[in-house]
Amino acid sequence: MNKKKLKDLERTALRVREHIIHMSGNGGCFIGASLSCTDLIVYLYKEFLNVSPINFQDPNRDYFFLSKGHDVPALYGTYVELGWLEEERLKNHLKTTDNIYWHPNRNIPGIEFHSGSLGHNLSVAMGVAMDCKLRKQKNKIVVVVGDGELNEGSIWEALLVASAYKLDNLMIVVDRNQFQANMQTEDLIPLKPLTKKFSAFGCKVKKINGHKFEKMEEAFNKFPFEKEKVSVVIAETIRGKGLPSIQKRADRWFVNFKDEEIEQLLKELHGARKTKLTSETIVAR
Amino acid sequence: MTYEDLILALVNKDDRYMIMTSENRAAMRNITAKIKNNFIDTGITEQTLIGMAAGLALRGRIPIVHALATFLTMRAFEFIRTDVGIANLPVKIVGAVPGFLSDGNGPTHQAIEDVSIMRGIPNVNVFCPADEDDMLKCLPKIFEYPSPFYIRYNNTKPVVEHSKFEFGKAEVFGEGKDVAILVYGFLFGETFKTKEILESNGVSVRLINIRTPKPIDENAILKAVDECKLIVTIEDHFITGGLYTILAEVLLRNRKTANVLPFAFMNKWFKPGLLNDVLKYEGFTAEQMAKRIIKLLAVSN
Repeated sequence: MNKKKLKDLERTALRVREHIIHMSGNGGCFIGASLSCTDLIVYLYKEFLNVSPINFQDPNRDYFFLSKGHDVPALYGTYVELGWLEEERLKNHLKTTDNIYWHPNRNIPGIEFHSGSLGHNLSVAMGVAMDCKLRKQKNKIVVVVGDGELNEGSIWEALLVASAYKLDNLMIVVDRNQFQANMQTEDLIPLKPLTKKFSAFGCKVKKINGHKFEKMEEAFNKFPFEKEKVSVVIAETIRGKGLPSIQKRADRWFVNFKDEEIEQLLKELHGARKTKLTSETIVAR
Repeated sequence: MTYEDLILALVNKDDRYMIMTSENRAAMRNITAKIKNNFIDTGITEQTLIGMAAGLALRGRIPIVHALATFLTMRAFEFIRTDVGIANLPVKIVGAVPGFLSDGNGPTHQAIEDVSIMRGIPNVNVFCPADEDDMLKCLPKIFEYPSPFYIRYNNTKPVVEHSKFEFGKAEVFGEGKDVAILVYGFLFGETFKTKEILESNGVSVRLINIRTPKPIDENAILKAVDECKLIVTIEDHFITGGLYTILAEVLLRNRKTANVLPFAFMNKWFKPGLLNDVLKYEGFTAEQMAKRIIKLLAVSN
């Protein structure tokens, strides 16, 4: 990856993280999960997928599904940076006058499908993938799922079917941030050995660092990883990436920060020391 | 003409139709080879079936999905509500062996809350054909309707020739003023015989084949309420949430009341067995229902 491209991606991701932090007050948002998949979403939209509100009606465009819908602030932020959503509108977060809320919905141009209930968008994406195959079109279909979301039986049921129909135009990206809500995945329902599980279900798996754009380029450019197999990327990420004061903290899943904290967190994102968080933690599940 | 003929003609005419099943091929067994580019069997996976149907609909297809009514409407309920209902996608959900038609299977297979839970989802309409003739007459319009529909599949032999389908309209037989019988689905056949028995006993009857519990033909019901002494609801469904409840909603909405005799399952599953024996055991044969109606009329006279 050339330096210019890398710089541009890093700058975009930093801006998206700023937007996410801004959305973490006045009602709050799921900040940790949003920060963990920010780099992946920025890369996918900027470098990998051929999709935008302009070509949405084109049957040959690519498709992106955010199945772990609670990290939608990363999507809103990315859409602002891509020029699809006015930055001003982010101030409408949770206002009934707009449609910018805790989970994705199709009123926001660019959003493919609503999500929020886990374990749904994989099968929806498979319907799209199946249709593209039947029409012999070359679209790429990408679904981002959470690692906690892998608890849902519907994921594994869908994988059986995806493998049976050899949907090699489908890529599943796992945001492997090691957390589900207020627990570590391995402390509650262990997922290890995750690569073996996906392989056993007939997928071709690559594991990457989900915060390194060079690694993403290397892996995603090999899509499909194997003919007639579903491609799976296990992206190792850090929940709360960019903010050491909340990184990996189980109790900072959903947050509703005070204005002063948000100011401090923005500075922290740019290298200042850790923020002293005084707002109460919210155990949401 | 059969359901298979209808599907085959539909797919040949319009490539948008996708015939899908979670390994319940009873309704399309003989045509799968002929429609193979428009046919998907997902295996025993009702949730994936519905999710994929939503995805196919996003691409402009009209999926017609098939599975046993219980598993389809309940195992996949949240997928129907969330992926099909919220998005208002034109997915047609065909439930096999609903109500009494599960005969000897037992409670696991008894779809007798399906009308209630499907009609509760915004955007989802419900069609309960009286028999094969009714089903085949109405389906072309229901399949092309641009919203989701739940269909209680029913290919039983017709006892009468049905009229043309008009969207949102019930089919009314007779103008009797003693009793109005409201019915949907499989029990129409038995109810038609009930009407004949009542008439031979000098009771004048109006029989209303509801066809679509949602949207409900409110005018037909209100007219019956205004003109008839007794309203009877007949359904192979729990008493809660089906036709009896729909009637109550219509009455309340219009500040009316009526003498109502419901035939439905009162907070219990029905006894499994051979269909004719089951009807008798549960009191749903034409003779049993006519007897109860006559008895009630005698009391109120």
